[in-house]
Amino acid sequence: MLGKSAGGLYWMYRYLERSENTSRLIEAGFRNALTRPASSADEWSSILDAAGARQTYLDRQTAFEQPRVIDFLLRDRSNPSSVLAVVEAARNNARMVRTALSREVWEAINECWMQLKSTLARQVSDRDLPAVLSLIRQQNALVRGATHGTMLRNDVFNFARLGTFLERADSTARILDVKYYVLLPSISHIGSALDNVQWENILRAVGGHSSYRWLNGPDVTARGIAEFLILDSRMPRSLAFCAAKATANLSYLEKEYGTRHNCQEQAEALVGRLASTSINRIFDGGLHEFILDFLADSAKLGATIETDYRFYG
Amino acid sequence: MSETGEFFDEMLGPSGKARRPYDEYQGWFEGEDIARLRRKSAEAENFFRRTGITFNVYGQEEADERLIPFDIVPRILSGREWARLTKGIDQRVRAINAFLHDIYHRQEILRAGRIPVELIEGNDAFLPQMIGVSPPGNVYTHIVGTDLVRTGENQFYVLEDNARTPSGVSYMLENRETMLQMFPELFGKIPVRPVQDYPTRLSRSLSACAPPATTGRPVLAVLTPGIHNSAYFEHSFLADNMGAELVDGSDLRVVDGRIAMRTTEGFRAIDVIYRRVDDDFLDPLNFRPDSMLGVPGIMDVYRAGGITIANAPGTGIADDKAIYSYMPDIVQFYTGEKAILENVPTWRCSDPDSLAYVLDNLAELVVKEVHGSGGYGMLVGPAATKKDLAAFRAKLEAKPGNYIAQPTLALSTVPILTKAGLAPRHVDLRPFALVSPEGIDLTPGGLTRVALKQGSLVVNSSQGGGTKDTWVLEE
Repeated sequence: MLGKSAGGLYWMYRYLERSENTSRLIEAGFRNALTRPASSADEWSSILDAAGARQTYLDRQTAFEQPRVIDFLLRDRSNPSSVLAVVEAARNNARMVRTALSREVWEAINECWMQLKSTLARQVSDRDLPAVLSLIRQQNALVRGATHGTMLRNDVFNFARLGTFLERADSTARILDVKYYVLLPSISHIGSALDNVQWENILRAVGGHSSYRWLNGPDVTARGIAEFLILDSRMPRSLAFCAAKATANLSYLEKEYGTRHNCQEQAEALVGRLASTSINRIFDGGLHEFILDFLADSAKLGATIETDYRFYG
Repeated sequence: MSETGEFFDEMLGPSGKARRPYDEYQGWFEGEDIARLRRKSAEAENFFRRTGITFNVYGQEEADERLIPFDIVPRILSGREWARLTKGIDQRVRAINAFLHDIYHRQEILRAGRIPVELIEGNDAFLPQMIGVSPPGNVYTHIVGTDLVRTGENQFYVLEDNARTPSGVSYMLENRETMLQMFPELFGKIPVRPVQDYPTRLSRSLSACAPPATTGRPVLAVLTPGIHNSAYFEHSFLADNMGAELVDGSDLRVVDGRIAMRTTEGFRAIDVIYRRVDDDFLDPLNFRPDSMLGVPGIMDVYRAGGITIANAPGTGIADDKAIYSYMPDIVQFYTGEKAILENVPTWRCSDPDSLAYVLDNLAELVVKEVHGSGGYGMLVGPAATKKDLAAFRAKLEAKPGNYIAQPTLALSTVPILTKAGLAPRHVDLRPFALVSPEGIDLTPGGLTRVALKQGSLVVNSSQGGGTKDTWVLEE
């Protein structure tokens, strides 16, 4: 396949994944604001951080007011990561790589774009927000469903999945990074239970609050949450899960093309590091440092993939 | 309808009774509820939008992607009518390819004095770079979209030959797909010849024109100017349905004397490139140096037999509007036969007597720019205001050689579905012919364009025209 198409697919699915992640972040922030309005500004500020959009926001705004932040994250065209902007980018990429997509996938992404474009044409009121957020995820699910149900399991599919997993791992890591202070031993150490609302927010932001309870029961600890989101390979948004999946996609490409690339070494090293460590070791070395390392590795991996498969020339 | 009687209606004919090819359809239609059909029509629009069958409009940001309106009443041709059109197009396309070969080689037709030398020498559509070049299989126009109009039971005219890169074939296919989904029962009743294998035929036909350098199964690619081109949908549609790669200039470069595309596994040679990029932009080294759409050096590879370019560069000289008026002579010269399909009588304004006639009768004529397309820069005399006429008169006097004029044809009508039921509208027809060393293959159908405004004779989609499914009957 064309290098350009591989890049187009990879980014199409990165953008889609980003729209879903942003909608989860907004949902977490919105719930927080409903339950404890006093901390709302701080919460929105950290959400902008997790979305990687804090600086762009501050270029235009001074205060972290809920309606502004939500509008910025959902539909501001000056924010290249707003849901509207990334859905449009995903759909543009889909047009570019249309010959690689099944008709169902194309129609699903086109429909996703049409629906969200019209829904996000105006500012969304608090009353409509839950429905809009769920629409974003539903539309994403339709594209994902069409992808799984109708696409050949060839290089096209594997480039698409690579985009999904790299973006997802990034997103989970950034949420952990923004919130790591909540999980610091200094707070939970004293024996007081971890702030319920805070941890729920983290889990909610990655769509994992009920799976966590299902796996761990009522015992909520900082280490438990961190372990769940970093090392638990059953959790589809954990770093370990995403790294393993991306590595599998790369080995598929190796088999199909008969060539082993640098990106594969990097991906395998990443999987190896996650497999050989433990949550205690991570906390001993510093959670924040661990996450920074992970983000750097994942960015490097993305860049190597782009070169190895000639996305741009 | 004020127009009944004045124009030939293909459904109702002069007597007001359904003509044979429409017999069954008419019967079905009368049993239908207009409201239901109107709903179906809205569904069709939805279907087009959902599948992204759109064309881009330059310079309109919000209405970036527009739909070409689709009318659900089919345009129906009998098997016999089609057989005659097939013969006529076949003959004309053969003549065009012979003409192109001649004009870029020995120029016998000029020596014989059948067309004036100035018409070729001073013409931008004539590419000196093609002199002495023989394309693989001697095929110049791999795809031809002949524009036909009709004025009566047996009167068809060729309006344009479209020998460069005719577009619209995706609409032929998607219109049929839409009709099949909406009215499956009709296809059970009426024997309509299928068109859906066009992409397979195209890919077979292009493969048969592979260059000498090909090893193994020919690799095909569709070259698009890019995602913002007005026909981008069609480019991706065709690539997809042929199983060819859709490439743009940035994917291509010359590698070891071949045109190669950048794939995830390195550069891979292409054998046949179906380009939807104009000659001017094809090769910045040989034509426009500022072109970002083409491949530097592709012409050199082409001349050395490393790639087939479809259609061949320089075919524009055959569908130039100034050459058009000589087509009956061209057909005669190369086939030794009289042209089966008629030309519309044409006055070349470069000729002083013709110019005088045209100026005297401007209000009755259609005047076209020799190099124009898309219905732009054209005057429809009977529909023009006094001001339009005066403005055009000035243009004609300033540069007569830029214009040709034709009588305003009484274009046939086919009904469309309106709120009030059926209403006649003017149509034209563009069938698509594929040319390979194995012969000329005409897909039974085509693109019917329809002027949606009552009385309008302009069918171009850029000017508010719509499309219809075109049915060719088995019998």
